[in-house]
Amino acid sequence: MNDVSGERKRVLVIVPAWNEEQALPGVLDELASRLHGVDVLVVSDGSTDRTADVARSRGVALLNLPFNLGVGGAMRAGYRFARREGYDVTVQVDADGQHSSADVSLLVDALDEQDADVVLGARFAGVGNYETRGPRRWAMSVLSRVLSRIAGTRLTDTTSGFRASNSRAIALFASDYPAEYLGDTIESLVIASRSGLRVRQVGVGMRPRAGGTPSHSPVKAAVFLGRAMLALLIALTRPLAAAPEGVQR
Amino acid sequence: MSGYPFAVGICVVLVVFLVVLMRTRRLREKYAILWIVVGIGVVVFAAFPRAVEWLTHVVGVQTPSNLLFAIALLVLLLVCIQLSTELTELEEETRTLAEEIALLRYDLESARPRQDDADAPGFDRDAGGEAGRESSIGSGPDRGRQSGGSGN
Repeated sequence: MNDVSGERKRVLVIVPAWNEEQALPGVLDELASRLHGVDVLVVSDGSTDRTADVARSRGVALLNLPFNLGVGGAMRAGYRFARREGYDVTVQVDADGQHSSADVSLLVDALDEQDADVVLGARFAGVGNYETRGPRRWAMSVLSRVLSRIAGTRLTDTTSGFRASNSRAIALFASDYPAEYLGDTIESLVIASRSGLRVRQVGVGMRPRAGGTPSHSPVKAAVFLGRAMLALLIALTRPLAAAPEGVQR
Repeated sequence: MSGYPFAVGICVVLVVFLVVLMRTRRLREKYAILWIVVGIGVVVFAAFPRAVEWLTHVVGVQTPSNLLFAIALLVLLLVCIQLSTELTELEEETRTLAEEIALLRYDLESARPRQDDADAPGFDRDAGGEAGRESSIGSGPDRGRQSGGSGN
């Protein structure tokens, strides 16, 4: 995880976790064994189980939110932490074990290789065997096409929660990261693109979620698409917040 | 028997009630002002019923009472929207507070290290020399982190 000049970057893996005492130990152990010289931050999003204790016992940094804010809220807290502690790169990794820690360095390296500010780990980019079918797949492909145009690059998995951000993106997200429905995925990409950040993707494999299967109901897919389009419309038309200092650098 | 004095009486009671709430700080002016305006408006219409009939002609509504119902609905809608925006603002403030609390908890926990999190990030800086000299809770490592954060 060295950049071109050989200078070592400070990398922080942010794990937003809400009542994940089952899956979190495995995720943290895997991160610790696969990645060296990388700090890990668990953001316990108002968990009522032993999530915070798991993080403490593994010796990783812990932000303990007093109540549930949703992924967007947890991630903004994480970005604020990263900005305050002066990290160069953050990687968001889900606590349910969906993301393979081996791919973390893939994302971090892609920041430099593709000269990007935000790199998404995409499920449908030809790697791995993650598949959705039916209406939900159509809804997601419509979304991908629209967001690809906005970002000016081909994005195939816009709802991916697996992403790396450099210091410019950290500064932006620390001040402006929506807690809305789909705000942490779709709207944050729009915010990044509209603020002049380069968004790119790399293909990664994804393991199936530990619990729960994605729904294939057409009604739910339609509702999902409707809400996503509303979120997009609002995100595209709302006035941009003043860019934080870091983004100007 | 006319219903107008009754309407005036209701409005006066309402306005007095609002003022009492404001005096005891159980209601802020920004929420009360709309209701006071509505109350005064109803008093005016009750005192001069001709005004409603004139207004009905102007906007092209057939029955004066229908115009009043329509206005009442509109006012209630606006109040609901106002309350929703205030609620949104409150939620955003609460969210920011929650994040700040989480960051402060982190500072507190790393300032009072237990054996197993001595290697937590942020505690490596000048923990040895300063922490021994300073008696206040972990001001040494905390200051080190402050300067590290502002430098980026």
